[in-house]
Amino acid sequence: MALLEIKNLHVAVDDREILKGIDLTLDAGEVHAIMGPNGSGKSTLSYVLAGREGYAITAGTIRFQGKDLLAMAPDERARKGVFLAFQYPVEIPGVAGMTFLKTALNALRKERGAGELDAMQFLKFVRAQAKRLEIGDEMLKRALNVGFSGGEKKRNEVLQMAVLEPILAVLDETDSGLDIDALKIVADGVNALRSPERAMLLITHYQRLLDYIVPDRVHVLAHGRIAKSGGKELALELERKGYGEFLGEAA
Amino acid sequence: MAGDAPFVDQFSAAAPLPALRAGGLARYRAAGLPGPAIEAWKYTSLDALTKLGLLPAGGAPTTLEALPEAALLAVDGYRAVFVNGRFVPAFSALDGLPKGAVVESLAAHIARDPAAAEAALAGADDGTPLVALNTAFLTDGLVLTVDRGVVLDKPLHLVSIGRPPDGQGVAFHPRHLIRLAPDAVATVVESHAGVGGAGYFANTVADIRVEDGATLRHYVLQNQAAEAFHVAAVRLALAARASYEGFVLHIGARLARHELAATIAGDGVDCRMNGLYLVAGSQHVDNTTFIDHAQPGSRSRQLFKGVLDDSGRGVFQGRVLVRPHAQKTDAHQLSRALLLSRKAEMDGKPELEIYADDVRCSHGATIGSLDQEPMFYLMSRGIDPATAYRMLVEAFAVEALDEISVAAIRDAFATHAQAWLATRRAGGGA
Repeated sequence: MALLEIKNLHVAVDDREILKGIDLTLDAGEVHAIMGPNGSGKSTLSYVLAGREGYAITAGTIRFQGKDLLAMAPDERARKGVFLAFQYPVEIPGVAGMTFLKTALNALRKERGAGELDAMQFLKFVRAQAKRLEIGDEMLKRALNVGFSGGEKKRNEVLQMAVLEPILAVLDETDSGLDIDALKIVADGVNALRSPERAMLLITHYQRLLDYIVPDRVHVLAHGRIAKSGGKELALELERKGYGEFLGEAA
Repeated sequence: MAGDAPFVDQFSAAAPLPALRAGGLARYRAAGLPGPAIEAWKYTSLDALTKLGLLPAGGAPTTLEALPEAALLAVDGYRAVFVNGRFVPAFSALDGLPKGAVVESLAAHIARDPAAAEAALAGADDGTPLVALNTAFLTDGLVLTVDRGVVLDKPLHLVSIGRPPDGQGVAFHPRHLIRLAPDAVATVVESHAGVGGAGYFANTVADIRVEDGATLRHYVLQNQAAEAFHVAAVRLALAARASYEGFVLHIGARLARHELAATIAGDGVDCRMNGLYLVAGSQHVDNTTFIDHAQPGSRSRQLFKGVLDDSGRGVFQGRVLVRPHAQKTDAHQLSRALLLSRKAEMDGKPELEIYADDVRCSHGATIGSLDQEPMFYLMSRGIDPATAYRMLVEAFAVEALDEISVAAIRDAFATHAQAWLATRRAGGGA
């Protein structure tokens, strides 16, 4: 059984069809990249997987571990192991980042039948993960994403992923807005989370990220469909030739 | 006029200071109970108050079994307790006040030196109807005097309990006098609550003078009983380099109004007035402020935040006046309301009146519902909608409480606020 199975997925926003029949299968342990020009529907796919409101599923199915993902509320999906690293993480003043993360982790642990961590255990665990992402105590103490630079927000997303240990991680343009040093830190963090039990979907515009996180499969999304799939060499080809051949295609 | 204004027939010329009180009565009688006809009361109606058939507090009991939880604050301090506006020594704790800090009941002050009391009381009555009504019926209250340079080492906790006699409403009109001499420092925290099921009307006036370089921190927890009408007028005079930090947390009462009128009468003044109001059911909460920058080079800051659920109604009227010679004034005001229900309502009226040209003044007002984006973000991490909702509402409210600079009082107020927040649920009143 595939970990994630998307079949003939059609999605509309405000009566405009954005995804026009996506088929995609991820097995446990795999890392797939979805590449494509702006406006091709990459972020729509990530939001639909996470369960954001405002997206009408007009046809198709998504099964996660054999279950109907679309029937689950966003929080239920997260507790079952789906994680979206946001392209634009929202700032939430007044909610301490650590309080938020502890609430989330304990909700997940409860679902998995594990006991809640106490404050000391939690702090120790988070600090260890944060260190790898070069996130200091000062940053951990702040309100959720408030006053974070673009790079800090992305690192914080990867920290959450490391702490919440998802089964399926969707990373939406996690490389955008990062300089090369920050990109390496984030990529190292992501690579450390690669495991035989976990699948990842990397959504990116640029090939650059894939130099550091090498995918098993690469898919090109254009005009709401997967136009081409291949191995990691497809990313290099796209880098060389650009998205030109996919842009002309009629919608 | 079809009939005389409510309460007028209860006036007693036999009580102390009849001339002062008769003056108040005449001013109140001429104006009547304030209502929508007056700009300052445009959004708040006292009609329901007139239907209560309130008795004067004179004959009401002033005993209590224990202080109600709604009035408790986990703060180490001195305590002065008033029941139905009358000082109750048995529940008070005023031993060990530092030399130069004196707490006395107004009734005792009047009995001891009526002439001095009359002179001290005359200042606050600006003729607004409910302050005049307070003058007409004043009998008791708190008198705090802190001498030059003296620091009140612990907060003074003023507890006001409404206790209507069985099945009958009661009205009381406490008058507090707070006098800080130059360079004195004090923290006064008030809590207002009630026991018993009947309605009552607490019409409080706090007459405060903060002299040169003195600092007053003044925090108010309005946690009145569900049927209470609470009107508190603060009349504040700030001399040069004085500092005032005010905060009001509204949780209780059927109708509540906190009204601050501050006169900045010197330079270098720092005047802060902040608040949080938590409103549900059919409650009505009004915060009205007037900051008069009468002298140059002073600063005022206001932040009022409100959370309104069910059919709750909030009012914020904030007027800032910068007089022609009050150059270099720095005044900022912000009002933010969060509506949790479609039936909740908020009226905001910020007014900046600026007659000086070299000033920094700004105001802002927002009214909105909970954003969907943070909700989705929290849920996308596995947090259930009810918990996410509570976290976000609390986050909104806590920002206001952060303005309280005394940590123990901030925590004590947060405890009361959190108890209210815990009763909210997503979609509760939508």
